[in-house]
Amino acid sequence: MIGYALKRLWLGAIIISVAMMMMFAMIYLIPGDPASVALGPRATPEMMEALRVRMGLDQPVWRQFLHFYASVLSGDLGTEVLSNRPVLDVVMEQLPFTLALVVGGITWSVALGIPLGCIAAVRRGGFVDQVIGVLSVAMIAVPSFVVAIYSLLVFAVALQWLPAIGAGEPGDLGSQIQHLILPSLAVGLGWIGYISRMVRASMLETLEASHIRTARAFGLTERRIVYTYALRIAVLPTITLLGVGIGHMLSSSVFAEIVFARPGIGKLVYEAISVRNYPIVSGAVLVTTVFFVLVNVAADILVGILDPRVRSSFN
Amino acid sequence: MREPLGAVGLTLVTVVVLSAVFASVLTSYAPSKISPAERFASPSLLHLLGTDHLGRDLFTRVLYGGRIALLIALGATAGSLVAGVVLGLIAGYGPRWLDNVLLLVFDAVKSFPTVMLALTLVTLFGPSLYAVVLVVMLVNVPGYARIIRTQTLVLKSAEHVMAARSMGASAARILRVHILPNIIGPILILISMDIPVVVAIEAGMSFLGLGVRPPTPSWGAILNDGFANIRDSYWIVIAGGLPIVLTTLGFTFFGETLRDLFDPRLKGRA
Amino acid sequence: MTVLDVRNLSVAFHTGSGRLEALKQVSFSVPANRSVGVVGESGCGKSTLINAILGLLADNGEISSGEIIFEGDKDLARLDPTAMRALRGRRIATVFQDPMGALNPVLSVGRQMRDIQYRSGLSKRDKDARSVAMLRKVRIPDPESRLAQFPHEFSGGMKQRIAIAMALMMEPALLIADEPTTALDATLEVATIELLKDLQRDIGCSVLFISHHLGVIAELCDEMIVMYAGEVVESGTTREIFHDPRHPYTQKLLACDPARLSHRVARLPTIPGTLPDLRHRPSGCVFQPRCDRADAQCRADRPPNAVIGGSHIARCWYADISLAGVGA
Repeated sequence: MIGYALKRLWLGAIIISVAMMMMFAMIYLIPGDPASVALGPRATPEMMEALRVRMGLDQPVWRQFLHFYASVLSGDLGTEVLSNRPVLDVVMEQLPFTLALVVGGITWSVALGIPLGCIAAVRRGGFVDQVIGVLSVAMIAVPSFVVAIYSLLVFAVALQWLPAIGAGEPGDLGSQIQHLILPSLAVGLGWIGYISRMVRASMLETLEASHIRTARAFGLTERRIVYTYALRIAVLPTITLLGVGIGHMLSSSVFAEIVFARPGIGKLVYEAISVRNYPIVSGAVLVTTVFFVLVNVAADILVGILDPRVRSSFN
Repeated sequence: MREPLGAVGLTLVTVVVLSAVFASVLTSYAPSKISPAERFASPSLLHLLGTDHLGRDLFTRVLYGGRIALLIALGATAGSLVAGVVLGLIAGYGPRWLDNVLLLVFDAVKSFPTVMLALTLVTLFGPSLYAVVLVVMLVNVPGYARIIRTQTLVLKSAEHVMAARSMGASAARILRVHILPNIIGPILILISMDIPVVVAIEAGMSFLGLGVRPPTPSWGAILNDGFANIRDSYWIVIAGGLPIVLTTLGFTFFGETLRDLFDPRLKGRA
Repeated sequence: MTVLDVRNLSVAFHTGSGRLEALKQVSFSVPANRSVGVVGESGCGKSTLINAILGLLADNGEISSGEIIFEGDKDLARLDPTAMRALRGRRIATVFQDPMGALNPVLSVGRQMRDIQYRSGLSKRDKDARSVAMLRKVRIPDPESRLAQFPHEFSGGMKQRIAIAMALMMEPALLIADEPTTALDATLEVATIELLKDLQRDIGCSVLFISHHLGVIAELCDEMIVMYAGEVVESGTTREIFHDPRHPYTQKLLACDPARLSHRVARLPTIPGTLPDLRHRPSGCVFQPRCDRADAQCRADRPPNAVIGGSHIARCWYADISLAGVGA
């Protein structure tokens, strides 16, 4: 178990390092002086010079990279231009809102995706199965920001069932959840489709396994066979799938945040670009990548825990 | 299910493509013609989808927007394909370490949430058509490269290829006879599944104001225009979103059908 | 009393390429407290037979004619699914061929053994106690601690014994064993057969034992039937059939058994030819394409069941020709 976890972490570390290398390369590929880019058009010559020294721009490239690496690892992602606050703080402040959206998206996709996939598998070949199949594809196909806009139009503007703007009153959980419903639906809708298809395929495969035949031969009810014996095995790939999905949901939440005027990383980065607050952009992207990689690793480890076969093959 | 769905997909795709190609025939308005007197007109016989905040006919903008969308889709896909083929061949034929490095790079690129990637590139290169295309390519190239790489690896050691080579078959012939038939299917499927992604990325970026510059009529830009007026002039966002929905649904349905047709395993089931 | 009485059972499947007759007028019976063996090569219809008895035929299969009389009063061929399910696991139990795949990998053994008892009305503790007692009977060491373990923690032989324990736990009237020892190595096979014999005596059930391993059938079963391409070609007591096989297929089968060779040969004997396409059964006798004694009558008409003596029947025009006493 430990070995398995370490392996996933190691892979994750490599990916993060590569991402950081790409970030570093991008900063240095910007035409012009990185210091002026980092500071933006408001910089005075003194500020630029100070920054240049601090950034070690006079040092050989490899040294600069190591320095970059070290400062990132120690949590220093630079300071942002407008308020001079550490980038890390600013980003972390906004992260919870985006996370709430992603969690909401996962909730939607799991709560609807697994049952739909299960029903489709049990009624395989029938009308219900075909309808669910078409719906799944449709959900995957339509871009999330269009879903966001249309759901805003229908449910918030036309029907006025749900709020259109913001994240709700701080401290009021009910209001916050209310404000989450539509945006997280937009974020998670595509993944309802993916999960429903995966669960269907996985269930069909599991239902043909010999131990299911044994369970039937022992007279267990079909209900028990489907929900306890088959579904438990069939949902395991869903966790890995969700690990990948979180990255996509992060992308979708940028749009959701803008459409529904919610605070969050997406909104932060979007606004930072328009005022050329580049440290925020690179800091946010880095934090997001790290987060995403860690979640993937965690998902893999989770599968290892839940599947006793994987678990004890490392004992 | 597959047959009717594929038919629906193909129909949608045909409608979208034809309406874009024959845009100038289907409408007499110019897409960027501003007509202040007719601002915010709701849909009518004169303006099938209404007008936007500048009085421009939305139906026209949608049709011409189709041209933008399809051009970008084709261009980006072609570019991704070429880059993917090159990288895939390198990964497959080249030394082992290079293969591993490339795979790692592919994984790393895929590990960036697309929007973050887009925002970063826009930061670096400024909002533009090129940024959009670049983002799209970065997102799509690993997919194509993987297919090519797998085929290359398979064939590197395949006996019949070695036999052909020992009999003096040229690289071109090997390419044509052995490699192409095996990859045509997966690549066609990937293309029709990628086009909706390209359209979505372009529309998304234009919606954020980071893509095609106004007054070019991109569907995403229409959505952007309409979003500010969503309460009173809701038809604008409907006009902007509808073609996106139809295009993505159409290509995806079509691609799914292709995939089902090409997958021998699925032939046995239901 | 006869536990299972199969009369003229025919099963057909509707495939994309035509109607496939998997079983044709299969008849045999399983008396109480006896073991009946079913012998035949792969594709002879053994699995279909089991599935038909259990009511687990695939959706495209149907019982086109015949009866499966269980315990004298229930026709399994006509029973509704709920009633059938009530019988499975309680009155009719099954042990399958592949011990590796038979048990659900993500549920503990104890959980699965408890689930089978869901109709017993016992408390969880009593169910577990029963499971432990059963595991002890199949000679699994330290049974109490085994309940919490998962299938992959057991060896193949132990998994098969657990499967047998699960099957016999509800003390069924009929145990169907589908090649239970095929996947096990020779020494395990012997031990498992011994176990089955003991348990059968202990619990007093009947066993329908399917195998292509003649030695095991000889060891375990009192009576046997020989199947070929979905038909019963010969049936009788094990003794009668081994001593004096009358159907050409049975004779060939016994001759090909490596265990019976009295001297070394360069080549193992085989039966030339392959199974017929069950969508297009051969005219006349089903074995005639591969039979070296087939004549015009064999090719034209299907032979009736010829009674040779006692319970010994063979479906052959020339069933009265005996090879007993003739060197193999």
